[in-house]
Amino acid sequence: MMELAHSSGHIGPQVTEPSHHPSEDMLLEYASGSMAEPMAVLIATHLALCPSCRQQVADLEVLGGQMLEKTEEVEVGDDLLARLMSELDGAPEAAGSPSRSPQTDASTIDVDVSVPKPLRDYLPQPLHTLDWKGRGVAQINLLAERDDYQSRLLKIRPETVMPSHTHDGMEATLVLRGAFTDRGQRYARGDVALADGSVDHSPVAEAGEDCICFAVNGGPIRLTGPIGRLFNPFVNL
Amino acid sequence: MLHSRTEPGDRSIGRMAGAALKVRAALVQSDRMSDTGSMAVAPQIGDDDDRLMKAALLASVAKNRDRKAFADLFGFYAPRLKSFFLRNGADWQAAEDLVQEVMLSIWNKADQFDPQKASVGTWVFTIARNRRIDALRRERRPEPDADDPAFVPAAEPAADTFVERTQQRREVQRVLAELPPEQAEPIKLAFFGDLSHSMIAEKLDLPLGTVKARIRLAMAKLRPALGALK
Repeated sequence: MMELAHSSGHIGPQVTEPSHHPSEDMLLEYASGSMAEPMAVLIATHLALCPSCRQQVADLEVLGGQMLEKTEEVEVGDDLLARLMSELDGAPEAAGSPSRSPQTDASTIDVDVSVPKPLRDYLPQPLHTLDWKGRGVAQINLLAERDDYQSRLLKIRPETVMPSHTHDGMEATLVLRGAFTDRGQRYARGDVALADGSVDHSPVAEAGEDCICFAVNGGPIRLTGPIGRLFNPFVNL
Repeated sequence: MLHSRTEPGDRSIGRMAGAALKVRAALVQSDRMSDTGSMAVAPQIGDDDDRLMKAALLASVAKNRDRKAFADLFGFYAPRLKSFFLRNGADWQAAEDLVQEVMLSIWNKADQFDPQKASVGTWVFTIARNRRIDALRRERRPEPDADDPAFVPAAEPAADTFVERTQQRREVQRVLAELPPEQAEPIKLAFFGDLSHSMIAEKLDLPLGTVKARIRLAMAKLRPALGALK
């Protein structure tokens, strides 16, 4: 199994652009920052492989920048600037980094290019050392702390039918290696297959090599508690 | 256009206007140098001194650790960032703290800003967005990393010029202003309300399909303006 993982490991930069993309409203959710983390991991991983979707996200960030610049002003505290100025002297260079640093790639030499970094940061260990559970379709749960989403790495043996399951929200499946066909479409590395709960489908892995995918399904739990904050006076833009 | 209610901005506008002119000259020059010859350059940029000035201020923060320039940027962005964080569910104090953090990031990362790649506003938005996800949502923000060996670079690197992006920005503003409110609202809520589309549907008391349809209509109008670079 380890041999197999390595033998097909040289599929990084030579790959052609994906032909199945996330929907535009998914890119909008990602660019605006309103997308939940599990789906954002899938989108970011697709973006690593898809220059044209990266450009779309960059364009949407332009939109975000304009909305920020055009928004109305809310007065800041009188002393905020002074406090800030006094902090500039000792400001550590890392202050205000955009996010908690994900687990670092200690073994950059051993990077498996079949898993782009956004997803690789969430793997418990390198892909080829993962302990897969299951036979025809093996899977590993990721982001297990999120009970509103199911995020799984799937390894489907050649010519095996992927499991069908029911879910309420949308399901997105990103191909990392190999390929599968579903409803007459072929999905290969970088491609994103989208399905909602009503779609009855049974994707089949292609002959020849294991198909490894990252699949996310589910949706945010319907709001109950924090609804109050949605109605604060500043929401009506 | 960097006037603000806080004082520091007003005193330096003259100086900054000078700096902006220099930056503009440099940017237009570099556009010309990389130009294939077909673009008309000069006439369109006269009304965009505002953006040039911000780029000049940020460049001065990066190069000279210029506190005055930083105070000017603070004067413009801090009240807007505060509004951004309040809309995203921060309380008054948390919003102030987040404004402070974003402004500190701007100070610390000023040298990473590339005026050829993005406007200051876009850059500040991405910093604020990521702070919001981290601090208010307590989530990580996964992003592609160009240094990742698995990263697939664009076949043709984006060759947008400063002038083209200026045109893009103006066009986007025009389309945004003309969007009917029911189409603009879901887009604004996505950027400013930290609401997924299903949450937007809930807030507006509309079926999810309707919200998505309105977003699609809005994006169909915005897309030509946003995609003008390609």
